[in-house]
Amino acid sequence: MQAIEINDLTFRWEKGGPTVLSLDSISIARGEQVFVSGPSGSGKSTLLSLLAGVTTAEKGSLQILGNRLEQLGSVERDHFRANHIGYIFQMFNLLPYLSMVENVTLPCRFSRQRRHRAVKRSGTPEHEALRLLDHLDMAHDELLGRPVTTLSVGQQQRVAAARALMGAPEIVIADEPTSSLDANRREAFVQLLFNECRDSGSTLVFVSHDESLKPLFGRRIPLAEINRAGHRATTAE
Amino acid sequence: MPIVSLAWHSLMNRRFTAMLTLISVALSVALLVGVERLRNETRSSFANTISGTDLIAGARSSPAQLLLYSVFRIGDATNNMSWRSYQDLRSHPKVAWSVPMSLGDSHRGFRVLGTTGGYFEHYRHARQKTLQLAQGRVFDDIYDAVLGAEVARKLGYRLGDQITLAHGAADVAFARHGDKPFRVAGILEPTGTPVDHTVHVGLEGIEAIHIGWQSGAPLPGTGASAEQTRNMDLTPKTITAVLLGLKSKVATFQVQRFINEYRQEPLSAILPGVALNQLWDLIGIAENALLLVSVFVVIVGMFGMLTALMTGLNERRREMAILRSVGARPIHVFALIMGEAGFLTLLGVTLGVAALHVILLVARPVMQSQFGISLALGTPSLTEAGLLASVILAGFLVGAIPSYRAYKLSLIDGLSVRV
Repeated sequence: MQAIEINDLTFRWEKGGPTVLSLDSISIARGEQVFVSGPSGSGKSTLLSLLAGVTTAEKGSLQILGNRLEQLGSVERDHFRANHIGYIFQMFNLLPYLSMVENVTLPCRFSRQRRHRAVKRSGTPEHEALRLLDHLDMAHDELLGRPVTTLSVGQQQRVAAARALMGAPEIVIADEPTSSLDANRREAFVQLLFNECRDSGSTLVFVSHDESLKPLFGRRIPLAEINRAGHRATTAE
Repeated sequence: MPIVSLAWHSLMNRRFTAMLTLISVALSVALLVGVERLRNETRSSFANTISGTDLIAGARSSPAQLLLYSVFRIGDATNNMSWRSYQDLRSHPKVAWSVPMSLGDSHRGFRVLGTTGGYFEHYRHARQKTLQLAQGRVFDDIYDAVLGAEVARKLGYRLGDQITLAHGAADVAFARHGDKPFRVAGILEPTGTPVDHTVHVGLEGIEAIHIGWQSGAPLPGTGASAEQTRNMDLTPKTITAVLLGLKSKVATFQVQRFINEYRQEPLSAILPGVALNQLWDLIGIAENALLLVSVFVVIVGMFGMLTALMTGLNERRREMAILRSVGARPIHVFALIMGEAGFLTLLGVTLGVAALHVILLVARPVMQSQFGISLALGTPSLTEAGLLASVILAGFLVGAIPSYRAYKLSLIDGLSVRV
């Protein structure tokens, strides 16, 4: 079973509107680490919304872990995302009113499955959070006690990575996670992400327009080239 | 629900604005319920200005006028009723007791009421309370006076002081009964009724000071000294009104008809409770306006909450997207905002009621002694409960607006936030 399998998929924001995304077929194996590249307007946001199950395709199929997302209801898709997908935003990943550990354990509040896995691995979700934070070099007492808003951008992104990996979801989606980092820290962050995804067996979909990161990945999907809707795409990115 | 503790943390993160919203809701609720309670108490205190009296009779006039001069000492009687008619009324088989009242004189702006000792026994106010003497005793001499609390307080009288009555409502030199001063024999406790503003003397005293007077002026050569009058017949020839207590309430309308159809002279009888309520309908409009204003204050408070929630919404789109990314459903987002609005409303209402009770606790003694209004503490009345329920309902309705908007936004935004 593939982690992600796309077949003859088209998407429009509204009926009669322009086609934003039109893909022939993409298949991503489990455990693979894929770099999805493309300038803004190439349909990246749309693809991310589809992968996260926030929207569904108009035609064609998108299978994640063997589940056809367009056949699930919106509530089921929300559950599916909670159970199987870790998500890292470009920036401002953290809820300012929660502590670092609480931010990391957040998925466990919405997914029993991920909670179980975290408990199985470390005893409690909090211990699992500390384990992940320790791997990302964030588990220092001085940092743990601080309001998350006082962390540097790089530190916040690492906390976000820990959250995405919490409870070992099968898929980790990262939406330009390094664009707010300094150039010399980007590579280190990607390496950390690689290690952790490998460790938990997660498939990594890394979306970025930063071509300099491309050599780090074994596989690259140039979205602008394979999106048959081409530059007609008008997503608000 | 995972969302409850998140909603709480989120709210605490914005506790300053939340506190302001809370205060505005609480204050508006305190005002609303306070006004409603005050309204109720003033109405019942007004309706109980005189109680225990079944009928008030006087010369024929409109019910309102009879009530105004006999109970509120406002205006004057157009006519008096004769002593003989009074004797007929008091000997009516259904009448248990009667208290004659003679008005027309004043003391430094306060009305003088000539009556009998029965007045202090039978007059009831504020739910069957009798008049209580703060000092001294009820008059037993012709020239004894019992002062209402306000008269004694304003004019600084004490027991044993001498006071001079004046003829009519205006205190002018030529109309004074200077030759026959009265002695303050007793001072009443405050009641919050017109009794506080009244100087009470015996009927004989009123008769005594008017010996030798005709048409509102002393007739030269016919007067008698204060001591001389003691030996004269002081049975009044007329009185102004009479309070009647009946043996059975069932007879009320029968006796009223008897008085209204009395043949010897034209008389009127009114049921004080009914007349008081009719009068209240006239003057109660101001209180309705007050309630209306406080309802608007609550609406303003609600708009304050709406503004705070709506303003917060844009800043919270990021928060929504993060929650959605970890698996929160749009309905969770709805519940997040709704829970906040509901919590603020419920807590605001609770705090408002609590604040009102604290205010009442402080204001109660003052209200009782100054205005005779006894504000009740404790459980809200049915109307108040209705008002509170409306506020809570309004809070939830107001909360539904930003909640629905957040719901829609989280559907549109998904995981991307376009700010």
